[in-house]
Amino acid sequence: MPRLSWRTAEIVAVHRETAHARRLALRVEGWPGHDAGQHVDVRLTAADGYQAQRSYSVSSAPATPELELLVDCVPDGEVSPYLTREARVGDRFELRGPIGGYFVWTAAYGGPLLLIAGGSGIAPLASILAYRAAAARGIVTRLLYSVRTAEDIIFKERLQSWKKDPALAITLTLTRSAPPDWNGYRGRIDAAMLREVAFAAAEAPLAYVCGPTAMVEHVADALVSLGYPAGRVRTERFGPSGEST
Amino acid sequence: MAADEKSPVSRGFVGRRRSPAEAERVPPGQYVTLDFPILSAGPTPHTPLEQWSFALQHGTQRLAEWSWPKFQALKQTSVTVDIHCVTKWSKLDTRWVGVTFDTLLEAAGLASPPTAYVMAYSDGGYTTNLPVADLVNGQALIVTKFDDAPLAPGHGGPARLLVPHLYFWKSAKWVRGLSFIAEDKPGFWESLGYNIYGDPWKEQRYAGD
Repeated sequence: MPRLSWRTAEIVAVHRETAHARRLALRVEGWPGHDAGQHVDVRLTAADGYQAQRSYSVSSAPATPELELLVDCVPDGEVSPYLTREARVGDRFELRGPIGGYFVWTAAYGGPLLLIAGGSGIAPLASILAYRAAAARGIVTRLLYSVRTAEDIIFKERLQSWKKDPALAITLTLTRSAPPDWNGYRGRIDAAMLREVAFAAAEAPLAYVCGPTAMVEHVADALVSLGYPAGRVRTERFGPSGEST
Repeated sequence: MAADEKSPVSRGFVGRRRSPAEAERVPPGQYVTLDFPILSAGPTPHTPLEQWSFALQHGTQRLAEWSWPKFQALKQTSVTVDIHCVTKWSKLDTRWVGVTFDTLLEAAGLASPPTAYVMAYSDGGYTTNLPVADLVNGQALIVTKFDDAPLAPGHGGPARLLVPHLYFWKSAKWVRGLSFIAEDKPGFWESLGYNIYGDPWKEQRYAGD
């Protein structure tokens, strides 16, 4: 297998998704394409040659001409504050990928498809949903998306447009505070919520769960307790473990 | 680390400089975290200790098998090591207790390893391949304690492999055995685009690196 090479990425648009999250549209020289759900390594280079690398999920569909990354600002981070606050159109950095062959979905995997996201964990699932909308519309899909407040919902516009698809059900839950007219769920995802929202295990669904570690851990355990075979629950965890050492 | 000649400068990026002491211990492309992130491909298995065992296999032949109490009765070794995850974080001075690969061979009555490679296998179906040369002479342990406490399920408890000089995906969580194999072959992540060997100092993250 040839080595994945570093390619120059140029920012062609910066979209504000929330107060802390930006969606960067990139033009990447010779990008080989990706599968929905994959991620890339980003490398920044300072004027004196110092470099830093981090991984980000691709949020755009495979066939989209511009590669999109979702970056959520980690306040004490090294790379995300730059990408969300400083970077602007025309800026360049390097990118290597696509990476990851497990947390991916293609139409051949079929459904029913259960997607569960916490916070910016929506990024790889947005790629899956965009791909599905373009190439696999018939596959029955449910998205359960957990965020702190209504202001933290990422991809609001896309969620609105995907809502029109009768084969796709989108459910949101707000964990911290909800506006008075909120008619979605409130509180963290638990087994009781999953019993209502998720497919029954007997329907043999394939589940993808992405979000903060504790959330993914709880959701994956709950799905297993509802009868999902562990091999049908694919997870991607990010952020602090919640343990300080 | 010096930039490649071709690396474009990211306007306005300053970044954090490491102290020279830290830079010496952190492989290229990594950053130091004080946290202990959890990354795994699926749900966390929860195997009760009464059902747990650890085996050495060679083909269909079981060379040795230990129950939890028998495994705990083997000579325990403490190590303090730096670990490096392919997702870029490194954690320095992590403290573990477990049984070295050498101790397992000895307890199994094996004068020498039967083959040059192993496939580690885990609850949940995870596998990873390793050269035996990377396991002997105290380089690898099956650990059951982290920071003096029983290893938490999220971090691979009750027992995980620890091979700190390779990227941390090689340190298989929930490990239940090592299967000796004559020829090297890819395990789980190695079949999905990750490097067959995984030396962090050579930045062997992905296939072909």
